[in-house]
Amino acid sequence: MTGRKLIMNFEVTPTSHTLAEYKARGGYATLGKALKMAPADITKEVTASGLLGHGGAAFPVGRKWGVMKPNPGEIHYLCANADEGEPGTFKDRWILENAPHLLVESMLITSYALGVRHAFVYIRGEFDLPYRRIQGAIDEAYAAGLLGKPVPGTDFALDIVVYRGAGSYVCGEASGLITSIEGRKPYPRNRPPRLTVRGLFQKPTVINNVESLANITGIIRMGAEEFRKVGTAKSPGTQLVSISGHIAKPGVYEVEYGYPWVKFLDEDCGGMLHGAKLKCVVPGGISTKVLTRAEIEPLTLCHESVNPAGSGLGSGGMIAIAEGTCMVRFLQVLLRFYHHESCGQCTPCREGMGWMHKIIDRIVAGKGVPEDIERLYAISEANDGTTICGMGDAAGYATVGILNKYRDEFEYWIANGRSKLDGRLECRA
Amino acid sequence: MKHLIPDFEKMKERFPAGFESSLVLPCLHRIQADRGFVADEDIDGLVAYLGVPRVQVEEVLSYYTMLRREGIGRTHLQVCRNIACSMRGAEGVIEHACKRLGVKPGETTADGQFTLSTVECLGSCGTAPVMMVNDAYHENMTLAELDRLIEELRQP
Repeated sequence: MTGRKLIMNFEVTPTSHTLAEYKARGGYATLGKALKMAPADITKEVTASGLLGHGGAAFPVGRKWGVMKPNPGEIHYLCANADEGEPGTFKDRWILENAPHLLVESMLITSYALGVRHAFVYIRGEFDLPYRRIQGAIDEAYAAGLLGKPVPGTDFALDIVVYRGAGSYVCGEASGLITSIEGRKPYPRNRPPRLTVRGLFQKPTVINNVESLANITGIIRMGAEEFRKVGTAKSPGTQLVSISGHIAKPGVYEVEYGYPWVKFLDEDCGGMLHGAKLKCVVPGGISTKVLTRAEIEPLTLCHESVNPAGSGLGSGGMIAIAEGTCMVRFLQVLLRFYHHESCGQCTPCREGMGWMHKIIDRIVAGKGVPEDIERLYAISEANDGTTICGMGDAAGYATVGILNKYRDEFEYWIANGRSKLDGRLECRA
Repeated sequence: MKHLIPDFEKMKERFPAGFESSLVLPCLHRIQADRGFVADEDIDGLVAYLGVPRVQVEEVLSYYTMLRREGIGRTHLQVCRNIACSMRGAEGVIEHACKRLGVKPGETTADGQFTLSTVECLGSCGTAPVMMVNDAYHENMTLAELDRLIEELRQP
């Protein structure tokens, strides 16, 4: 067991996502409690809970909300970021498919706290079942009178629109997401102004990850003090870890912050596939730096433990990599992805991703030159902090993380025209 | 496209007032679901209906990978080739699909039955490798399952 559960705390059945069953589990009772509180007190409670964003940056949710000063009569928007696209990450999908009403209730509470009348769920276009589930839950909520008109006994009303993306990684970046909802190509925007000051159609907008929002109902139900008893002092609560790669039992696990990392892999996830040995692990989406088995040995799954090791828990998209996996081919797949997904707005990313992709392809084709390694470093460095959104930086982090630890594999391929291992990404029995 | 306007009106009702510009993408999704792709006349119709600049519709159409300007085969097979899927055999699935169908990624079979595409992360890494058959995810793909699906979907 991976500690206490706040979200995956019910049995999933073919009907457990419905309104009737959500209500039977106590669903929408917290909304009633919230609507009796002053809106500002909800933000205070969320701030006191210490909830950290689950989209990847771990920005305190309360602080984000705090920037948006709800003024009666003014328009504010809320967007749930369900554009889950960071490779290795599939935990928001679990919430959308299995607990869509938890997201709806949380969005109601959040909207009440922030003076929001219209909210959006931005969901990636490929997600079919998750889309049908969240749209189904919203339709149920409309039919039950929870959405679309004032909640009985109050003058608070909310509409939620589900907005489907169409296959773009950059839409998961908050300002890209907003530009996408505005009906244009999703170019991210420079800050300041922050989106909480000028967001969707220039109105103050809060964008939170699905998992971050899903925690709001629990925080208001149990109170910040009780919430903080779960997890660690600096990482309160839990994290949904979606684990994939060469692991025996891949899937989504709710892990209480502070849980021992190796124990999680060896016991809860059943160890490595085919009894292989762990070479390294991507902690939270491919944009976080890989850590070796030796590095994770003393660590626990919480920000204050993982960050000093030079990486981060990111989006919770963990990928276990077995001994024998070729890290040159691994980086090739990553760089092809980043190149494909660069939106093309900023020169360092648009050109840099293309250069890096070309270089790694050249190495794999046996035509690499010794300077290529330094070139990959140089482009990564040149990208860092020079682009509007974090994608250019992220590709660099991933590249540097792999080069630092597995430089020998790159040198070998360049010198010998073939993989130091056998060039495979699969883990065979 | 005109026959879809009642659907567009329904979508519009859900948005706040003044969000006509936001309807570009949902309308294009709806058009593509109807026709299989977005034709020139659809763009004309959408520009007239929404009152947005033509360049905006073109911009959205050309940016997003899921939107198409040309028709494809009756069944769209999209195999994920990102890292988690590659680590669980996606490269073999793609190779096998190419051989079975006699096409390269991005191509359509001569009978117009299948279009094969490779795509980046579909957010199904825990059940890799994953392939989409039209809108539906098929997870934990094996070569045997791929053969079975192709047989099942191939129309006489």
